[in-house]
Amino acid sequence: MITRKDVQYIAHLSRIHLQESEVEKLTNDLEGILGYIEKLNKLNVSAVKPTSHVLPIENVFRQDIEKPSLNPKDIMKFSTDNDGKGSFKVPQVIE
Amino acid sequence: MKTYETVIGLEVHLQLDTRTKIFCGCVTHFGKDANSQTCPVCLGLPGSLPVLNQKVLEYGMKIGLALNCAINTFVKFDRKNYYYPDLPKAYQISQYDFPIAKKGSLTITTGEQTKKIGITRAHMEEDAGKLIHSPEIKCSLVDYNRTGIPLVEIVSEPDMRSSQEAYDYLTSLKLLMEYLDVSDCDMEKGSLRCDANVSIREAGNQEFGTKTELKNLNSFKAVKAAIDYEVARQIKMVEAGERIVQETRLWNDEKQMTFSMRSKEEAHDYRYFPEPDLVPFTITENDIEKVRKTLPEFPLEKLDRFIRQYQLSDYDANVLVQDKQLAKFFEDCVMQWNAPKKICNWITSVLKQELNKRKINISEMRLTSGYFVGLIKNVEEGVVSNLVGKEILTIMLDTGRTCMSIIEEKGLRQVSDDNALGAIIDTVLVENASIVEQIKGGKESAIGFLVGQAMKKTQGKANPKKIGELIKGRFQNG
Amino acid sequence: MKLNELTAHEILQGFQAKTITPDSVYQCLQETIQNKDKKIHAYAHSADPAITPKAMDGKYPIPIAIKDNICIKDYLTTCSSRILEGFRPPYDATVITKLKDSGSIILGHANMDEFAFGSSTESSYYGVTRNPWNLDCVPGGSSGGSAAAVAAHEAIWALGSDTGGSIRQPASFCGVVGLKPTYGRVSRYGLIAFASSLDQIGPITKDVEDCALLLNLIAGHDEKDSTSANLPVPDFTRALTKDVKNIKIGIPKEYFIDGMDAEVKDSVLAAIEHLKGHGAQFIDISLPHTEYAVATYYILATAEASSNLARYDGVQYGLRCQPQQQRRTPIIDMYEETRDQGFGAEAKRRIMLGTYALSSGYYDAYYLKAQKVRTLIKKDFDEAFRSCDAIITPTAPTTAFKIGEKTSDPLSMYLSDIYTISVNLAGIPALSIPCGFSKNGLPIGLQIMGKPFDEEMLFRIAHTYEQGTEWHKRKVVL
Repeated sequence: MITRKDVQYIAHLSRIHLQESEVEKLTNDLEGILGYIEKLNKLNVSAVKPTSHVLPIENVFRQDIEKPSLNPKDIMKFSTDNDGKGSFKVPQVIE
Repeated sequence: MKTYETVIGLEVHLQLDTRTKIFCGCVTHFGKDANSQTCPVCLGLPGSLPVLNQKVLEYGMKIGLALNCAINTFVKFDRKNYYYPDLPKAYQISQYDFPIAKKGSLTITTGEQTKKIGITRAHMEEDAGKLIHSPEIKCSLVDYNRTGIPLVEIVSEPDMRSSQEAYDYLTSLKLLMEYLDVSDCDMEKGSLRCDANVSIREAGNQEFGTKTELKNLNSFKAVKAAIDYEVARQIKMVEAGERIVQETRLWNDEKQMTFSMRSKEEAHDYRYFPEPDLVPFTITENDIEKVRKTLPEFPLEKLDRFIRQYQLSDYDANVLVQDKQLAKFFEDCVMQWNAPKKICNWITSVLKQELNKRKINISEMRLTSGYFVGLIKNVEEGVVSNLVGKEILTIMLDTGRTCMSIIEEKGLRQVSDDNALGAIIDTVLVENASIVEQIKGGKESAIGFLVGQAMKKTQGKANPKKIGELIKGRFQNG
Repeated sequence: MKLNELTAHEILQGFQAKTITPDSVYQCLQETIQNKDKKIHAYAHSADPAITPKAMDGKYPIPIAIKDNICIKDYLTTCSSRILEGFRPPYDATVITKLKDSGSIILGHANMDEFAFGSSTESSYYGVTRNPWNLDCVPGGSSGGSAAAVAAHEAIWALGSDTGGSIRQPASFCGVVGLKPTYGRVSRYGLIAFASSLDQIGPITKDVEDCALLLNLIAGHDEKDSTSANLPVPDFTRALTKDVKNIKIGIPKEYFIDGMDAEVKDSVLAAIEHLKGHGAQFIDISLPHTEYAVATYYILATAEASSNLARYDGVQYGLRCQPQQQRRTPIIDMYEETRDQGFGAEAKRRIMLGTYALSSGYYDAYYLKAQKVRTLIKKDFDEAFRSCDAIITPTAPTTAFKIGEKTSDPLSMYLSDIYTISVNLAGIPALSIPCGFSKNGLPIGLQIMGKPFDEEMLFRIAHTYEQGTEWHKRKVVL
């Protein structure tokens, strides 16, 4: 059972502001999907190891060797807002 | 009145001084232009992927071993999800359930007492960027140069019982890390950062009290002061029958107080899960042994050895060992001239003072161990006096020249010639007739004054021992 | 025949015989796109011009369409989402570097479901893509733009990405060949992540030979992608032998169930008969955990997606919105408003579902459990491949459905991936190839699954089948 309160909590965790109508719809949608997912409970997996990586690859490194960085000018080209001196600009963060 | 016990655990973040970042090839220099050391990976741009810097794992193992930890043979990274503008991917790549090292200890010395502080774990993670607040234009600026600098977080057990122990833990940890050569441990640059978990309980009580987490501790002194403040605050609350709230509190260094930062206290639900973009790492016994072989002599081992091998006092040995470079300089000198006590004296008294005056450390000075030994030898062999020797040292530090070239140029060679000294003593005796009378009357201690006067006349070039003998001789003969 | 209707290998022959030039092919495609794409809308951003090499003298100057989630330097790359409005990455994905090196002509970014969330290309912020075989039908998804471009001859070939069937299902719906390579075969560097442990870039082509050729161009180990396999890459065109004698092919009983579209079933069974005629042996196999694949997938994929998409918060690039009235703090308001405005309904649904599955108290019940079921699904395939060399199934349970038919019911949309999802969970390669048409003229796809890194077996079987049938020769008439 997923409640409206759960949906609002999850929305805030996900940093998505939801309209009232969206809360309603998402509660129903998630309820339906989670209901379908319930079927996994038919399986007893207590002795099964989880899979995070499907291939048995391990120990992949890079050496501690310098690679060129981006030019701050090029970074500012794709930035949504900047101070003209190479820093990204965001609404004030209140500590 | 009830008595309380303080319980402290520390979390230390250490920036590793690898050449490049943990997951990309950007360099890690401090204080460069904003965002000039960033790339798609450390900016977390869409589509970019991390690849682990091998040095970071190696340093992580070194740190683990130095802290007597067990090294995990299976190591993986996890994502810690939270939003903050200095965290470009909105998750930090960290380690959750399989950190590089766990279950170790660090021995600290408080006064005469030594104590083992448990180490819960040490794990690798990436640093976040830097926010600069501009209230006047109602915005914050973000610089991601620091993003992706490798960190090792060292978490202690709640084993410390006083702010002094916390201070000593930090000092020992910092020294150990300096010996390992994995971090510059500079708190001002933020390469060593510390948070403290503090609680109190009634003496004798086994259960822990509610803890608060102290942040924004910018120096070891601040750690100590913040803990003291916090303990007092908590005791006051408990005495007043109030409940302590588990929360994060910021230390304000100007006001010397901690403040609740409830405004930032969002629900902490980090949703850790295994980082799918990095594969796991298996560490073999062989890998561990290889790293173990690269470990240096640790501070406590060196201390013991200095006391044993060079017969130094505990105090002197400690002064040397507290600075890895100083200890090395000392041993370099001893290798060239086997006079450890004399060399130690010159280092701990004269040289250290001069370095402090110049606000530099031993690795920044222009004096080599060879020249330094040359100077001490000249003093010992009576070529120059102790006093002049000290003067020469300052010139050597300023110019990087040899002792001998300074002696020759300035004509500082010690005067030991009996005739030359005899004439000077004659003058001194005449000029200080009343003192001479006193000595003759039995006040032998006044001889020292006459020696001083004679030294003055030679501008310190005379051999004071010699002068003393000569003056004494005059009175015996007379 | 018009130049745009040729396959890449026919064009390459034409280049060699000097009967056609790269320019003429390119011109022909430009005209086709100009004339037809208003109807189909295979390309996401018509405004951005094609990227042509400096000189058309590379080895493969073949015009290609690229899914809008693969980064091209300084080129609008948006995942067909509003949230990446105006984003031009400062770097090329590894596959793009490889294509540019081979002399490819990049026609543009193909439309897709927003962030690859969908099976119909209806959720693109830039509008719906239509199925060239029937403009009232969807092209499938999420690589619907890539598949439609190839089917409508608006590209010679294309790249898509496949997380749960996003290459194979649209290939099936559009009557073209689509391959999801083994996880790790093609670098993911520069592929904007949906679910990192499942995503893989792959070719969408007009026939099997082109598919092998294009895989040759993009496959291989990449040091920028920790999950890319460090294995030699064979010349895949050498597998095009038209010989399947004594090859053992498994037919999983769980894939041939009631409720399956009769025309799809008949076509697949006919294909099996055809291959039997070429000497292939068919055996009945079981993949017992098939019924759990969709549920498992929708937990793992959305959990990873919720984290991968967290970075779209308006801080660095793309869309930024601020609400009229302050709700929380300026920065949190910016996050929440940007993500509300920037993401479509399906993206929000998946981010919410994934966040829920990872959140405190639910991790074990959802995410961890799904990871364990993933192990079981993978084991099913390991087991099956002990007795067979490949597995044949339908690619999708139906032919292309009507636009709007499933948008109101997310679950029914999810279930249209029922035959393709297990392959991603198991990390194995699979290919979809046309195997017939429905009575109303919509293509039907046959799916061939192989062992990890045995794409050659897929090409061998598919090529044999294709060369013995005429399906791939049927052309869209617009």
